[in-house]
Amino acid sequence: MKNTSTLGLFLAVIITLSVVSCNTSDPVFDAPVPGKMQLLFDNVAGSADLKLNASTYQNAAGESFTVTKFNYFISNLRLRKEDGSEYVVPQNSSYFLIEEEKPASQTITLNNVPAGKYTGLTFLIGVDSLRSMADVSQRTGALDPGTNNGMYWDWNSGYIFMKLEGISAVAPAAQNNTFFYHIGGFGRSTVKINNLRTVTLSFRNDVVNVQMDATPALRITTDALKIFNGPTQLSIAQHPSVMFDTFSTNVANNYVQMFSYDRVQAN
Amino acid sequence: MNTLRTISTKRIWLTVSVFLFGLAVACQSSKEPDPVVPPDPGPPGGGIEYKPTPVTLRKPANFPDVIYNISQNPLTVEGVALGKSLFYDAQLSRDSTVSCGFCHQQFAGFGHSDHALSHGIGGKFGSRNVPGLQNLAWEREFFWDGGVTSLDELPLTPIQNPVEMDLKFSEALSRVQKSPKYPAMFKSAFDSDTVTTARFLKAISQFLLTLVSADSRYDKYVRKEAGGDLTTDELAGLALFQQKCSTCHATDLFTDRSYRNNGLPVGAINDQGRYVITLNEADRLKFKVPSLRNVERTFPYMHDGRFTTLEQVVDHYRSGVKDSPTLDPALKVNGQPGIALTDIEKRQVIAFLKTLTDNTFINNRDFSAN
Ligand code: HEC
Ligand code: HEC
Repeated sequence: MKNTSTLGLFLAVIITLSVVSCNTSDPVFDAPVPGKMQLLFDNVAGSADLKLNASTYQNAAGESFTVTKFNYFISNLRLRKEDGSEYVVPQNSSYFLIEEEKPASQTITLNNVPAGKYTGLTFLIGVDSLRSMADVSQRTGALDPGTNNGMYWDWNSGYIFMKLEGISAVAPAAQNNTFFYHIGGFGRSTVKINNLRTVTLSFRNDVVNVQMDATPALRITTDALKIFNGPTQLSIAQHPSVMFDTFSTNVANNYVQMFSYDRVQAN
Repeated sequence: MNTLRTISTKRIWLTVSVFLFGLAVACQSSKEPDPVVPPDPGPPGGGIEYKPTPVTLRKPANFPDVIYNISQNPLTVEGVALGKSLFYDAQLSRDSTVSCGFCHQQFAGFGHSDHALSHGIGGKFGSRNVPGLQNLAWEREFFWDGGVTSLDELPLTPIQNPVEMDLKFSEALSRVQKSPKYPAMFKSAFDSDTVTTARFLKAISQFLLTLVSADSRYDKYVRKEAGGDLTTDELAGLALFQQKCSTCHATDLFTDRSYRNNGLPVGAINDQGRYVITLNEADRLKFKVPSLRNVERTFPYMHDGRFTTLEQVVDHYRSGVKDSPTLDPALKVNGQPGIALTDIEKRQVIAFLKTLTDNTFINNRDFSAN
C-alpha cells in the first residue's frame, strides 16, 4: 500500500517535471550542468589586422596584394581536458564557416561543454567526407550547398574549405589583376587529392576553466600570410589561380599552419 | 504476496520508463521538424491536414537494384507535382527564358534534340551535349564526368551555370517563395510553406525519379509481354550488341556506370572528362558510359554531340577508334583498335538500338508540361 502510493507520487512528480521540461529547450536527460566556450577567430596578415579591400600586404615572394575575400570552414572540434580525455563537440553542431566579411561568423560558441579544465583544441579545416556526402537535408546553415556564399562546388560535389581572393599587380591583366585560391577536395572515391587538414592547438600554459557561470572566450589568430609563406612558397605571379588541381595540396599544407592560440579573453 | 508486489512494482517502473521514453520521443518531434521525412500528421491543428499521397517508385522487373535512397525522400503525388512544376518553370533562370525542360525535351528522351552542345540563356553554348534523362534512380553519379554525386544536388549546377540558367540559387529560392502558387504546393508536399534548399531540391528529385523508361519494344521482348516482337534483324542486332557492346553498355540500363575512353579523338574543346574530377592521369578522356535508352531520339551523340546519326556512331566503333594510353581494353582486342562489324551487322545493331525507343515514356502526359 505504502509502496504503491510512494510510486504514484513519484510518477506524478516525474510527469509534471517532464511536461514542464518538454517546453524548455534543454532535453530532460542531458548530462548535468554544462557550460559554454567561445572561440574568436581573429584574421590577420602577419602583424597587421586583416582588412578587406583596404590594406596592402606583402608575401614572402615580395608580392604586394590586397584581400577581397577570406573564408574557411572549421569543423569536427574536440577539446582536450587537463586529464588527457577529450570532449568531442556533437557532430551536428560542429561545422562553422568563418567569413572575414561577416564579423558575427568569427565568434563561435560551443554550447553544452562539460564543466572542466581544458588545455587544447583540435579541429578540421574543411568538411569531412561523411558530411560532404550526407543527405542534403542534413546540410543546412553554413553547409547549405545552395546558399553558403559560394563555398560549394556544384560541378564537382564538395565544399570549398578555404577561399582567399584578392588583387595584385602581379596577377594577370586578363584576370583583372585578381587572384583566386579556392581549396577543397575531400578525397572521395578515386579522387587523387584530399585537402582535409587537422589542426591541433595547445593553450600553452593556460588552463581554460569551463563552468556553468563562466564562459571562457579563446582568441585564435588566423594569419592569412601563412597561405603564401609555408613549406611551399606560393607566388601570385606563378599561381594566380589555384582551385581544384594537384597544386592545391601545397596550399593546404601551407594554411594548416595559419592558426595559433593567442589568449583567453577576460569576460 | 511478496512476489505479487515485486511484479507490480516492476510493472510500474516499466510503465514509467515506457512513458518517459514516449515523452522523450514526443519532445524530440516537437523540435524543429525534419524537412524531409513527412512528420506524422497528428491531430488536425486548425489548418488543413497534411496528408500527402504516397507514390511507389516503379522498379521494372528487368532492372538491377535502385541506387537512390528513396527512404530519405519518399515520393508523393504532391512532391512529384511540385517537382514537375519547378522543372518546367523558366523563372528559375535569370531572365525567365530557360527552364530545365527547355534543354531536356520529352520528345527527345529528355535530351536537347538536334543540339550538339548545350544551349542556354541568351543563346549561350555550353561545352557538353545534353544527355537524355531516364532511370535516374539507378544512377550513382551524374554528368558526363560524374562530377555530381547526388541527384538531389544536381539542379544547383544548371541553375547557377552562367551559360545555362544563370541565377543565384538563393535568388531562385526567393522567387519560388514569393510566387503566388508555390508556397501552397510546398505546404502540401512537405507540410511547410517555407521554401528551403532541401525541399526545393528534393521536389525536383521526386519528379526526376518518376521518369522511368522501361516500356520499349525491347523491354516487352525481355519481359515476354504483348508487343514485344523483334524482327529477325533486330534479334541479330541484339545478339551482336550483347557480344560487342554490352561490356560497357551493360544490363537493361545499358550502362555499367563506369568511366571509359571509347576512342573518340580529342575534340576542339579538349574535354578531359573524368580526369577533371579525379585528377588521375588514368582517367584522362574517360566519360560516363551513357545509357542507350531512347537513343534514336537523343541525337546528336557523345559528350560533345559530334555525331548526328547512329550510322556515324557505329562507324566510329568500326573504324574511328583512336588508340591512346587510356583507350578501353574492350576496344582493343587482338591489339587492333575498334570493333569489327560488317555492313549487314552494322544495320542490324542499329535496328536493335531503335527497339530501345520507349513511346509510352515519350508520350506520357504525366511527364509533360501541362
Ligand atoms: C542549358 C541547358 C540545360 C538546362 C537549362 C538544364 N540542363 Fe540538365 N544537363 C545539361 C547538360 C549539358 C548536362 C550534362 C552536363 C555535363 O555532363 O557536364 C545535363 C545533365 C543533367 C542531368 C544528369 C544526367 C546524367 O545522366 O548524368 C540531370 C539529372 C539534369 N541535367 C537535370 C536538369 C534539371 C533538373 C534542370 C533544371 C534545374 C536542368 N537539368 C537544366 C543541360 C541543361
Ligand atoms: C569500352 C566501352 C564501350 C563499348 C565496348 C561500347 N561503348 Fe558505346 N559508349 C561508351 C562510352 C564511354 C560512350 C560515351 C563516350 C563519350 O561521349 O565520350 C559511348 C557512347 C555511345 C553512344 C552515344 C550515346 C549518346 O547518348 O550520346 C552510342 C549510340 C553507343 N555508344 C553505342 C555503342 C554500340 C552500338 C556499341 C557496340 C558496337 C558500343 N557503344 C560499344 C563506351 C562503350
